[in-house]
Amino acid sequence: MLEYIIFSLLNSLVLGMLLFMLSSGLTLIFSMMGVLNFAHASFYMLGAYFGYQISTAIGFWPALIIAPPLVGLFGALVERYGLRNVHKYGHVAELLFTVGLAFIIEEGVNLIWGRNAVTYPIPKLLDFPIFTLFNTEFSAYRMFMLFISVAIFIALYWILTRTRIGLIIQAALTHPQMVNALGHNVPAVFMLVFGGGSALAGLAGVIGGIFLVTEPAMAATLGPIVFVVIVVGGMGSLTGAFVASLLLAAIQTFAVGIEYSLSDLLALVGIRAEVGGILKDLWRIQLSHTGPILPYLFMVLILMFRPKGLMGKRET
Amino acid sequence: MSTTALKLADVHKSFGSSKIINGVNLAVAKGERHAIIGPNGAGKSTLFNLISGFYPLSAGYIELNGHMISNLPPHRINRLGLSRSFQVTNIFPKMSVFENVRCALLWPMGYGYSFWHLCDRLKKINAKAEEILERINLADRRHIPAGLLAYADQRALEIGITIAGNAEVILLDEPTAGMSLSETERAVELIRDVTTGKTLLVVEHDMQVVFNLADRISVLVYGEIVATDHPDKIRQNPQVQEAYLGKESA
Amino acid sequence: MIIFLKKFGIWLAAVLICVVLPLIFRSGFSISLLSQMGIAIIFALSYNMLLGQGGMLSFGHAVYYGLGGFLAMHALNRIGAGTLPIPIELLPLVGGVAGVLAGLVFGWLSTARASTTFALISLGIGELIAASALMLPSFFGGEQGIIGDRVVKLTITGFRFGKQIEVYYLIAVWMLICVALMYLLTQTPLGRVANAVRDNPERAAFIGYAPRTVRTLQFTLAAFFAGAAGGLFAINYEIITAETVGAQASGSVLMMTYIGGVGHFFGPILGAILITFMQLSLAGVTHAWLLYFGLLFVGMVMWAPNGLSGIIMVHEPVWKARLMKRLLPAYGLIALPCLIMFLGAMILIEINYHLSLSINPENPMHLLGITFRAQSPVAWGLSLVMMVAGFFFFRKARSVVQERWSEVSQTLKGGLTR
Repeated sequence: MLEYIIFSLLNSLVLGMLLFMLSSGLTLIFSMMGVLNFAHASFYMLGAYFGYQISTAIGFWPALIIAPPLVGLFGALVERYGLRNVHKYGHVAELLFTVGLAFIIEEGVNLIWGRNAVTYPIPKLLDFPIFTLFNTEFSAYRMFMLFISVAIFIALYWILTRTRIGLIIQAALTHPQMVNALGHNVPAVFMLVFGGGSALAGLAGVIGGIFLVTEPAMAATLGPIVFVVIVVGGMGSLTGAFVASLLLAAIQTFAVGIEYSLSDLLALVGIRAEVGGILKDLWRIQLSHTGPILPYLFMVLILMFRPKGLMGKRET
Repeated sequence: MSTTALKLADVHKSFGSSKIINGVNLAVAKGERHAIIGPNGAGKSTLFNLISGFYPLSAGYIELNGHMISNLPPHRINRLGLSRSFQVTNIFPKMSVFENVRCALLWPMGYGYSFWHLCDRLKKINAKAEEILERINLADRRHIPAGLLAYADQRALEIGITIAGNAEVILLDEPTAGMSLSETERAVELIRDVTTGKTLLVVEHDMQVVFNLADRISVLVYGEIVATDHPDKIRQNPQVQEAYLGKESA
Repeated sequence: MIIFLKKFGIWLAAVLICVVLPLIFRSGFSISLLSQMGIAIIFALSYNMLLGQGGMLSFGHAVYYGLGGFLAMHALNRIGAGTLPIPIELLPLVGGVAGVLAGLVFGWLSTARASTTFALISLGIGELIAASALMLPSFFGGEQGIIGDRVVKLTITGFRFGKQIEVYYLIAVWMLICVALMYLLTQTPLGRVANAVRDNPERAAFIGYAPRTVRTLQFTLAAFFAGAAGGLFAINYEIITAETVGAQASGSVLMMTYIGGVGHFFGPILGAILITFMQLSLAGVTHAWLLYFGLLFVGMVMWAPNGLSGIIMVHEPVWKARLMKRLLPAYGLIALPCLIMFLGAMILIEINYHLSLSINPENPMHLLGITFRAQSPVAWGLSLVMMVAGFFFFRKARSVVQERWSEVSQTLKGGLTR
């Protein structure tokens, strides 16, 4: 049991930090530009595929350096030549633009790399167990992921609190019109944030593509989860996104191991009943199988009862 | 008191720690045209938003024709016979001018959420909408999307929407703001015309308009009413002169 | 008579078209294409009750379509077994009822606000239902879905619906009924107030309407038609899987509706016809059809946000003033570079698909009746040149079109002719 708890905690930390790399960019983009970027997870996917492609050509370490800025550049171009033109038609059009973009990127990935998952292996240097606890190994690669994401977290924190551009971004989070009025080049800041957020998502893809899987469906699988994270954390709140990332990762990681169903629960308090018909499925679902729906349930409930999220200041 | 249309008793409103409205007491009689004046930031618009249910009260209560309306949602207050306009033009921009007015008639004339009547067959409503369009001088532009009307016409439409439902109590928030002199004159005529026999509460900056229109005037300063009286008396009230008139209009 | 024709002519024409089309296009493929178009038209119009008329951007409208389909399928199986006395022609009503029940509950939960909050809740509910579909196999049938047999004893029209053409006419009748009802709904007080709430929910509250109630009712009615479309889906395919409630189905109805145009009632009809046609005809020809679909969608968002119907209606005053002849040459001028650009992109896309998907990329590929090797530098070079040149002349032609347009709109405004 202790083993289960420790490893689940570690794994949720790894997954949670990966989610944070994605959600931090998304929440910044949303609160500054008001655009819910449906293509954000697609940038994550691009990161993974770029990482894979560059790794096979010249190795993982150059890929780690080159791929994220490439994705960031792509993101900045998308903002400059796509999103900015759509802006005049309002938020719905902007949102739909990103929906269409996600669609095109997925099909483009299909087109170039095929419909099946690609083999994107752990780099040799990190392919060993870093420690063994209760006969279970914890791989060095996971430790490396943790290291990278913590480094990014610190760097992001430093940029946002200690640099001039960071202060402008922070101000734009709460008072976007004011920043504009103060004469800062808001479109340029938008492009920077969009590109930066995309680069972060790309980095998450480069390391996450190995950890999870690199396939054309990876964006559609992770995208909604990232939305859940920023909604639960509160739109525009980086701290919220951080807490919610860890929370959701923990829920998903822990739920997998708990094999109780509603009938077991009621049996504990002495109620035993057989339910027939359509309800019988509901009765027998084990908690471990509810993993896929828990985040969405969580999100819908938050939106209905606390639209500001856990830490947010503004309503969505 | 059956002659009181609108009664505010010790109404308070604070946002966080800043108190905007500080114990306002006001009674507007039926059929009276009552104006609220006061310097910028006195809380006039907040007061309107409290009366119409846009914000919840912090303390005190509001009665409309003897009904307690404090903290009811806006649509419930509207159904009890209070209608309002907005300081910033607030119409339905993508709908035609005619449709704007007709929509405002649907609830008061009993069609509610009906999805089994066809609007074009509701002869009474259509006739009433035509009549209102005539009154606000927009009959010739009825098919234009309201968002494309000229500013003064949008304000007129807003008044049309506000009075369409035949509400007994009407709140107008700066109805002539941003209008030229001649437009203002026409707007005042329009307001006088459409509010005949009704209770009117109006916030206005233009003193000419206020003294022209109002039966009584209340002066709101820093969230408190410092005086309520007939226009002539208000003009001479030293407190008012000091707080307001002395500086802005001679 | 003339007044009658003016008022109902378009409906008569629609009926006539529905009757005659399958007599002209008689192949099995065309009949099933027409059947699917009918279902898609209902679904897209019901979606536009949310987006176009109510200002609610939903990412989960397939939930009501799918639930309607599943309930109808269960009902169909009961009818077949003789335990449910409903004639099969009325099966879409069962789907509609399922839509109403689900729509009432989820609608109330999600419509407190419109805009982004609504969009996210609809996304969440969509994912929730799609994920639970795989967890509740007794209702959703797990991975295989649920099958049914539409040939049942209980019919009121005497048709047995063994043949696709009979199913087509059933779909056509329901389609006409639903389109007419949805059109009439736009003319009712609720329909108009839904527009008001879309435009300005605050103001709507001050003319006596609770925005949330208006949205919920509009949402529920939309869910009814989505459910009815789902019921027709069950009859048409005789199989329904969890995919029907999923994000892809929700996404494609959104795209259909938007491409058709949300600003006019008939827009989604165009979108449904066009996209269903693309879906069935292109999917057989090229693997890349989804990519073309995506590009079309993004193109519409960027350059024609009012959709096909918007493009058509913008020309209405020009047509009436008999000025189309001034625009058409410019359109011809811009069509050519567009075509060249598109051909270039298409060659490039198809080459790449050939390289990544075919068993042996060395095999020659066929495109537009030409056979060539995908690795050939000529093909790559040609496609790139076509794209660049096309883009260059596209920009030139665009300024000509803009010039013509400003001339025409000047003429329309001032009434002066040159």
